[in-house]
Amino acid sequence: MHTSILVFRNFRYLKIALALIVVAVLAYVIHDPLGRPNGGTWLGYSLGGLCAAIIVWLAWFGVRKRRYGVGKLLLEDWASGHVYLGLSLLIIATLHSGFQFGINVHTLAYALMVLVIGSGAFGLYAYMRYPRLRSINRGEGALGDVWALVAGMSRDCYEIARDLPDEVYRLVEDADKETRIGGGVWRQLSGRDPNCASTRALEEVRGMAERYSGKDADAARRLVRVLARKVELLTRIRKDIQYKALLDIWLYFHIPLTVALLGALAIHIFTVFLYW
Amino acid sequence: MTEHYQVAIVGSGPCGMSAGGRAAEQKVSHIVFERTDHLSDTIFKYQKGKHVMATPDVLPLRSSMPFDAGTRETILGKWDDQTGSLGVNVRYNAEVTAIAGEKGNFTVTLKNGETVTADNVVLGIGLQGNLRQLACPGGDWGGVQYQLDDPDEYEGENIVVIGAGDAAIENAVALAKQNNVYIVNRRDEFARAKDGNRNLIEAAIKNNDITPYYNADPKSVTSGKLTLTVADGEAEVDCDRIIARLGAIAPRKFVESCGIEFPSKDPASLPELSPQYESNVPGLYIVGALAGFPLIKQAMNQGYEVIEFILGNQIKPADEPLLEEKFQALPGDRPVDEVIAHIRENVPLLRALTTLQLREFLLDATIHVPSKGDVVFERNDYTNSFFMIVEGSADILIDEKDPNVIVNVGVGDFFGEIGLIAGRRRSATVLAAEASFMLESPRRSMIKLINSVEAVERTMNEVALVRQLRTYLSPQLTDDAIRPVLETAEVRGFKSGHVLFKEGDADEGVYLLRKGSVTVSRRIGGKDIVIAYVPAGHYVGEMAFLTRARRNATVRAAINTETIWMESDKFRQMIDASPELRGEVERRLLTRFIESESMHTRPEAGNIIQFLVEQGVGEATDILLIDETLCVACDNCEKACAETHGGVSRLNREAGPTFASIHVPTSCRHCEHPHCMADCPPDAIHRAVDGEVYIDESCIGCGNCERNCPYGVIQLSSGAPKKPGLFSWMMFGIGPGPGENKGWNKAHKKEDGAPKVAVKCDMCLNIAGGSACVRACPTGAAIRVSPEDFFSLSELSARR
Ligand SMILES: Cc1cc2nc3c(=O)[nH]c(=O)nc-3n(C[C@H](O)[C@H](O)[C@H](O)COP(=O)(O)OP(=O)(O)OC[C@H]3O[C@@H](n4cnc5c(N)ncnc54)[C@H](O)[C@@H]3O)c2cc1C
Ligand code: HEM
Ligand code: HEM
Ligand code: SF4
Ligand code: SF4
Repeated sequence: MHTSILVFRNFRYLKIALALIVVAVLAYVIHDPLGRPNGGTWLGYSLGGLCAAIIVWLAWFGVRKRRYGVGKLLLEDWASGHVYLGLSLLIIATLHSGFQFGINVHTLAYALMVLVIGSGAFGLYAYMRYPRLRSINRGEGALGDVWALVAGMSRDCYEIARDLPDEVYRLVEDADKETRIGGGVWRQLSGRDPNCASTRALEEVRGMAERYSGKDADAARRLVRVLARKVELLTRIRKDIQYKALLDIWLYFHIPLTVALLGALAIHIFTVFLYW
Repeated sequence: MTEHYQVAIVGSGPCGMSAGGRAAEQKVSHIVFERTDHLSDTIFKYQKGKHVMATPDVLPLRSSMPFDAGTRETILGKWDDQTGSLGVNVRYNAEVTAIAGEKGNFTVTLKNGETVTADNVVLGIGLQGNLRQLACPGGDWGGVQYQLDDPDEYEGENIVVIGAGDAAIENAVALAKQNNVYIVNRRDEFARAKDGNRNLIEAAIKNNDITPYYNADPKSVTSGKLTLTVADGEAEVDCDRIIARLGAIAPRKFVESCGIEFPSKDPASLPELSPQYESNVPGLYIVGALAGFPLIKQAMNQGYEVIEFILGNQIKPADEPLLEEKFQALPGDRPVDEVIAHIRENVPLLRALTTLQLREFLLDATIHVPSKGDVVFERNDYTNSFFMIVEGSADILIDEKDPNVIVNVGVGDFFGEIGLIAGRRRSATVLAAEASFMLESPRRSMIKLINSVEAVERTMNEVALVRQLRTYLSPQLTDDAIRPVLETAEVRGFKSGHVLFKEGDADEGVYLLRKGSVTVSRRIGGKDIVIAYVPAGHYVGEMAFLTRARRNATVRAAINTETIWMESDKFRQMIDASPELRGEVERRLLTRFIESESMHTRPEAGNIIQFLVEQGVGEATDILLIDETLCVACDNCEKACAETHGGVSRLNREAGPTFASIHVPTSCRHCEHPHCMADCPPDAIHRAVDGEVYIDESCIGCGNCERNCPYGVIQLSSGAPKKPGLFSWMMFGIGPGPGENKGWNKAHKKEDGAPKVAVKCDMCLNIAGGSACVRACPTGAAIRVSPEDFFSLSELSARR
């Protein structure tokens, strides 16, 4: 049945990654180069080559993901392998460098790699955590056409507010016209709107309702309930948007950093051969 | 004096109009009655600009009227012109309400009371039936209409829609965009409508886009005002327009009132006709859709032919060359009539058919001439066609484990009925035992046949019963062991949701499911909790007599289900006679004990089964499920579908219900008995070997399947606009990138008249490696399951 990329195929790709790491570490320990270990020894070249191959394969994932209906492996195979092999780079590439870092293009490549892996790790965390929260937040049904739902509630509010004093009507109007869903990146990621017109309307109408009496009080109470429902829905929608944003945002780092990494790596390889 | 004609033609659809044309050409005195004020109402009512197709391509057109694929408008225009120039005598606004009399002296009565007499009558009224009219006083007000062509035509009006079916809802929702709409429902909910439509209307009502009147009946209409009887008295609605969508009355009653007999009560059965289209009433002919020929070209040919027959000209039917071509596969150059006679002679099942029925049947059939040892079909194929042996014989390998257990069937026998009935995988492999001549008939022909010729159903059931017992219980069962059971066994059908037996009932027999599936539930803590799901091929009800107790669970049909009911004592005798079966039954019993105990402690798993059954998993052969706890909403599944299917995704990930984080997206279930196949004029929907239900290129875009699918997964599409190549995207950023079709399609919509055909999921039939959607899911959230995996769904829930 459903299996997540971490446990996929009974941890096949974790096992492969671990095997690579074990081999690399053993080789590193056994290997006894002249002078300090670094990328220039035969082991250094081998590990560097391995890392470069893995990185190119990882980057190819972006292409593979968009080639539909081809290949023997599921995309989930690729994703599972991507995560484990990507993480293994932290060790293998470090061994390749022989722990020699400086202010140079080699270290730049290394740093970029770490950043890509870091953003990937966040992505993995997001993939593991947010879909479940999002599902719970949505409840049984899909949220469906949220605009229609919100608009319907606004209409209900107008209907009730028609017979209420102007001060209330104006709030309801604000709540309808000034309520924002979504918005900029930060707004989306925060999952809330501190200046939500509907929330404000709810608070104020509530205060006013306490002062009214008779028919007005009834209507105001009804209005409070509708507004409360609307605010609740808005909260859920904003949460939903927040989760989706968290699921997406990291890719805006992961991908450009990957491009930068490939560039730096090319220069790194080019220079070491140039100074050979 | 009343007018008298040689031929009176009722209905001016393709067949009636074509008959009129031929009659005019042959100078036969004739009259065509048409209920409406235009020709061919069915086609007149197609949506504006619809592209009408001229299938089957291979069938030549034989008519005095022109017909070619083209838009509805051109076709109707040409027919109008030709009717005029041939001088066809059409009387419009003339609904025929009665036909009486006999050959040479028929009296045709019109709605307005006029009568006309005729020597012969040709009935070509199609299957659309009469729209039910608003019966209350004032129902004839000019503002009442029974159809809505273009909802955007109206703006700012008060409109009342009467009716609660799909058509009413679709109209109401479309009108509500620009108008103030009321909907009048006789009951208190919209239960008759499809789920999708029900959600639409409920949402629209909730948003106050539409005002409903429930439990309401129209009482009277005056100009601009509708009075309703409602639960607490009366309600008045001011309206500019009333749209009554009350459904249609099938023409069957009228046809029967003319003296025409149908072979069975089943609404799908067709009247028996002679090869000259003459019914049991001499002189009364039936042609077109009403005669069981659902396409325009066929109807037109028959209109022509029927006039020739009435004139006494024995012309060969237009489909003769098609049959000739078909029979070319046979050795020797045998004339069509001879082959047909030979088939009738050798296959008893087909003997009860009229020649016309047999010809039609053979047109849809495939001829096979396998050599010795050729495989006809294999166990576990998902095909659902039916085979008859005209010459030669076949070996059926009924035991999966032992290829030496063979049943040989010979001339006149048939096979494939188990798959046809169950809608599941083939239960045996069949080989040709010698060089043979076999007929393979598609599911649709067989269903038509079973409904129209009673003898066919009976014969098939008799043979099937024995085979089903062997197939589903044990291939080793001997005739002697089966005989006692057969004495009282019977086929019992249950509609979806009906109960086979209830917890606490006394034991009264065992049910072997031969079609459909059931859920088993038990009352736990005052609630019905589903504890198991049992698909076709298994039995239920054995526990009570094996344990000598009352029924310990309620069994309910999950979908329309057919069972073979067997008396408990006889069933016991059969078990006692077969040690194999005995062991099997015992083993099954123990498994069920264990399963039900574990389900007891996990009612939530039962709820999941219940939910999935409601979503059609019970009749699915393959369904796409998404685990919401893994889905990152990247839509790569939809993109993959679009990219591999001409730019139009056949799946809607976001739509569809969710329960316990299992999301059932809007996507084909590949039903065992696909509803979409029910009513496809060119028979364009098929099932492939692995169960994929797909639509071939003969689709005429009539939209019947879209309406018939209860899960709303079929769309009519004119195809995606062409998108610029990958290269120009990469280099110049022109057009959408890989997978980014949605926005592009929307922005480059084709003009309205573009020919549309039905598209649906074909489970990536032609793509090596299978479903693109599942393969493109990076997180493993999307999977496909088949009923065989269904039991482990409870396992799935155990993980939660
Ligand atoms: C949406 C849709 C799309 C389709 N597309 C295609 C296509 O592209 N190609 C194709 O080949 N087929 C298509 N079909 C099928 C095709 O429309 C029918 O096969 C064809 O119309 C049948 O012709 P007919 O003459 O038998 O009956 P109809 O066309 O139904 O004609 C019956 C006529 O009789 C009249 N009538 C009924 N009762 C009476 C009465 N009591 N008195 C007087 N007149 C009466 C009706 O008003 C009507 O004009 C489509 C069907 C539908 C519903
Ligand atoms: C084909 C692949 C590679 C080859 C041939 C290669 C080669 C080398 C060589 C020869 C050195 C020693 C340079 C020196 O001592 O001046 C070196 C150092 C280094 N390489 Fe690579 N390398 C490869 C891939 C990589 C990759 C994928 C990374 C990480 C992203 C990487 C990171 C480093 C680092 C951090 C150093 C240490 C720099 C230093 O010495 O200051 N290399 N590499
Ligand atoms: C140097 C290492 C890495 C490179 C070059 C790399 C590159 C990429 C690329 C190109 C994509 C495709 C994005 C897209 O087109 O949508 C991708 C996706 C992804 N990467 Fe990485 N990645 C690396 C390491 C990692 C690591 C270590 C992890 C996790 C721990 C990770 C997790 C992911 C995830 C979860 C996705 C998204 C999968 C999807 O939604 O399709 N990556 N990566
Ligand atoms: S299209 Fe609808 S009816 Fe047809 S097989 Fe798919 S789900 Fe079933
Ligand atoms: S596939 Fe659907 S739309 Fe096409 S002809 Fe058949 S029923 Fe009509």
